[in-house]
Amino acid sequence: MIGELGRSLVGALGGLGDIGLFLLRIVADTPRALLRFDLIAKQVFNSGALSLVIIMLSGLFVGMVLGLQGFELLQRFGSEEALGTAAAIGLLRELSPVITALLFAGRAGTALASEIGLMRATDQLSAMEMMAVDPISRVVVPRFLGGVIAMPLLAAIFSMIGLYGAQLIGVQMMGVDSGSFWSQMQGAVELRDINEGLVKSAMFGIACSLIAVYQGYYADPTAEGVGLATTRTVVTSAVVVLFLDYLVTSAFL
Amino acid sequence: MGKSSTLNVGAGAFVLLGFAALAFLTTQTTNHGIHLGTRGSFYAITAKFDNIGDLKVGAPVSMAGVDVGRVTRIDLDTKQFKAVVSMQLDSKYNDIPSDSDASIYTQGLLGGKFIGLTAGGADTYLKNNDQIDFTQSAIVLENLIGQLVANFSNKGSDSSGSSGSSGSSGSSGSAPTPAPSPKPEKVK
Amino acid sequence: MGPSGTGKTTLLRLITGQLRPLGGSLVVAGQDMCTVRGPALYALRKRMGMLFQNGALLTDLSVFENVAFPLREHTDLPERLIRLIVLTKLQAVGLRGAAPLMPSELSGGMARRVALARAIVMDPEILIYDEPFVGLDPISLGMILRLVRRLNDTLGLTSIVVSHDVHEIIQVADRVYLLSGGRAVASGTPDELEKNSSDVVKQFVGGLPDGPVPFHYPGPDYFGELLQRDLRQSA
Repeated sequence: MIGELGRSLVGALGGLGDIGLFLLRIVADTPRALLRFDLIAKQVFNSGALSLVIIMLSGLFVGMVLGLQGFELLQRFGSEEALGTAAAIGLLRELSPVITALLFAGRAGTALASEIGLMRATDQLSAMEMMAVDPISRVVVPRFLGGVIAMPLLAAIFSMIGLYGAQLIGVQMMGVDSGSFWSQMQGAVELRDINEGLVKSAMFGIACSLIAVYQGYYADPTAEGVGLATTRTVVTSAVVVLFLDYLVTSAFL
Repeated sequence: MGKSSTLNVGAGAFVLLGFAALAFLTTQTTNHGIHLGTRGSFYAITAKFDNIGDLKVGAPVSMAGVDVGRVTRIDLDTKQFKAVVSMQLDSKYNDIPSDSDASIYTQGLLGGKFIGLTAGGADTYLKNNDQIDFTQSAIVLENLIGQLVANFSNKGSDSSGSSGSSGSSGSSGSAPTPAPSPKPEKVK
Repeated sequence: MGPSGTGKTTLLRLITGQLRPLGGSLVVAGQDMCTVRGPALYALRKRMGMLFQNGALLTDLSVFENVAFPLREHTDLPERLIRLIVLTKLQAVGLRGAAPLMPSELSGGMARRVALARAIVMDPEILIYDEPFVGLDPISLGMILRLVRRLNDTLGLTSIVVSHDVHEIIQVADRVYLLSGGRAVASGTPDELEKNSSDVVKQFVGGLPDGPVPFHYPGPDYFGELLQRDLRQSA
């Protein structure tokens, strides 16, 4: 039993090393890949613009729930006017980066993993190697960069829409004073909070994109292999995001 | 190539939206930005207070519980060392007597501060750039406790005790009894 | 050629440098494959073309773009020249009219022909075919066969075809190597192979179901196994 544990620990360590080396390869290739700006732009579109609908919808609903819950809770203490502060801090520091990352992993991450996995299964990656084109530069790096660029922007959009949703409930529906909503928020929220959110979403972007392209690139070249790569992407991304969330939060406090 | 330029435009639009959201967040949620303007016409009024507590720019100004304006600026008068609060009042409330007084109240138990105007009896009305002369500062908890302690110790040593003596600061006029702050009724 | 699992694909991947040999020697176009790496390997690959079993066209590019891919990646040729070259190669495989189509709109045989056009677009010296005849209908099969032979002759190529379609190979090959059990057990012209008297060759070429490659997977004695079960049941 100890042997089993030891073996899986060593295996996990090896996996971590693999993905770390993969990241180094990607970073080393980035300057060259930046020359192919059109590829990166296309991936920013695929990972970012195409995720807008789900991000904005989710942001709106999360903001509205924040508005409802926050209002009810603050009302018990007669402090409804603090709703703006509560919604803003909650969104900026925690909810936006984390929920955006989880949604990203589900929508864009799986798309990346299955795309690359399929290219692996149909020999497209081998064909590229045979044509003396480095598949990492041409296929992996643009997708990785696209995800890293898209994530913080998506999180910012999530925050903005979320605030609107909270405001919709709090001010328009529940009657919290609009001026107090915003002015108390402006007094309490600092640039530091926005920074925390940005740092988190940047790190989540790197993590989720890396996991997705890694799973796709090293997928088993079969139908089941691609499917497995997709599910592994979501699960691994979720765990890593939540773990990083704890790390960054404690670093900022 | 038509297809790739649509893609590029889409990507560019997305990035723009992202940065716009970031700009919105930085300016609208913190103190570091410009705030979106309000519609309608207003006139400006100032009032000086000994202590405004944690009154913030953007806090409402109300009269009889009705919102009539907003706090626009807070400065410090370095000659008298009083807080100068500038507010904008909605132009349609142009018959507020010029001897009205402005007091700082608290919203709810733990809420933010706001300014309440109580009408005076003068025949002239507040105009643009007028100053309200009668003000009442915010109730600061520490001062209140200090007063209470001073009262108790004064009762022990008879004679001249009572309010107005040590420990009370921050109120022009007599220190008000710690009555619960009136919560303005929201007119829906 | 050879039976399944003898290492034909492995040998191909050694030749193209996708696998590195652990021992022995392998020289391709003057390059020792045991030591070649990185830029030298990529330079070597530019002189080779490879046709994969299912074509391996890039699914997000059109037929034209797929064939143009190596030109765009490796050369600075002007657009007009690229267009000329691509159309010429497509014409050679008979698919010039299909240039604007996407790979998903092609049949298997057509996809393979486009992949062939892509493989020759850089005018390679060596052309490698990995199981090119698998899963094709007779007509497409005939087309590919004809192309393999014709391209080899007109372009002066060295063509390496991995296959186990004896019938097809015999029609086009100059020289045949038969692999079995990880070694080459016979080599020669197609005629020589047919006359070869070794059991291994005879079984393969004749498609005989039993011989050196046995029909029965190794196991315990048949009657012994049946009787054992009987005994146990009656006991």
